[in-house]
Amino acid sequence: MADQNIALAHHFANVDQQRESATFGMWIFLVTEALLFGGLFCGYTVYRSTYSEGFEDASTHLDVLLGTINTAVLIGSSLTMAMAHRAAQLSQRKQINIYLLLTVLLGSVFLGIKGYEYVHKYHERLVPGLRFDYSHVLAQEHGAGERDEHIEQDSSSVMASPRTDDQIAEAGLIARYGPQRLFFSFYFLMTGLHATHMVIGMAVMLVLIGMVPFSRLSTTAPVVEVMGLYWHFVDIVWIFLFPLLYLIGVQ
Amino acid sequence: MSERPVAPITYLLVFAALLALTGLTTGIAYVPLHGWAHPVALVIAITKAALVVLFFMHALHSEALVKSTIAVSIIWIVMLIGLTMADVTTRDWVPGRTLAPAPATEG
Repeated sequence: MADQNIALAHHFANVDQQRESATFGMWIFLVTEALLFGGLFCGYTVYRSTYSEGFEDASTHLDVLLGTINTAVLIGSSLTMAMAHRAAQLSQRKQINIYLLLTVLLGSVFLGIKGYEYVHKYHERLVPGLRFDYSHVLAQEHGAGERDEHIEQDSSSVMASPRTDDQIAEAGLIARYGPQRLFFSFYFLMTGLHATHMVIGMAVMLVLIGMVPFSRLSTTAPVVEVMGLYWHFVDIVWIFLFPLLYLIGVQ
Repeated sequence: MSERPVAPITYLLVFAALLALTGLTTGIAYVPLHGWAHPVALVIAITKAALVVLFFMHALHSEALVKSTIAVSIIWIVMLIGLTMADVTTRDWVPGRTLAPAPATEG
């Protein structure tokens, strides 16, 4: 890439060092992201080992087909992102934007499916803190048998200091489905944090798409490469989230 | 360095492998592997992640600085989860007694 118009910042010795600094900076940031998600995965591992039955039971209420489709969609978006970087290396301005746009599109499909899943979970009363009631899905599966009529609201406030017999009964119910509730806490926290990362990534990509027609191509390749590193990391997080959340209760 | 553009066929092959592994991970979840289900799922996920890191993120042709950064983060996560689980799974052990499996504390 012998580009005479290289925009070299004065504190770098050469363009290679400039590019390496940019990518190394992103890798360092990705290590901190690994700290963030790693901590969550660690918490998940601890509680799944303690409450394996409850976690596997709760996992059966996640849609494996949608999760698999989402995984394929996100891997596809990684492919288009890699192609966008390649286009940047080859100075193909139009292709950069085409592939970036495809990446945003596939990311939107992923988020759309995720949103549908979230809304569905809300209606199934499986969102901790939002009228969580695990007996609701049990009633739908087994008929009216296990419906606990008197639990109509999220009893989280009850746990603080159960006093009346009713409150003690409700606390007992939470104890019975506590692991399932814990699983869904992890589910929403981890997929929600992941989805937030995706939204931020897609927003930056849209800004990039706007800037590419007007920017120096020699500086575009490192920017697209750094963007790609971030996006591939988000993909890797989902590659681990999917089997741990969706596939543990399939048997 | 990842300066030279990678051939599209490489990306497409990696993509195909990732899709195949995704299908495998979903399909194999339905096979009764009992105790092996968890390690198998992890191995498949790690393989997929390795493909993404090596090819999509160009780690294969990266400078040593980047490779050591990746290695450090992997080592750190293994330590975090490994040592934490070593603590959690041995909490019921009492010194001087025969090691009996802890009673299931299921919710």
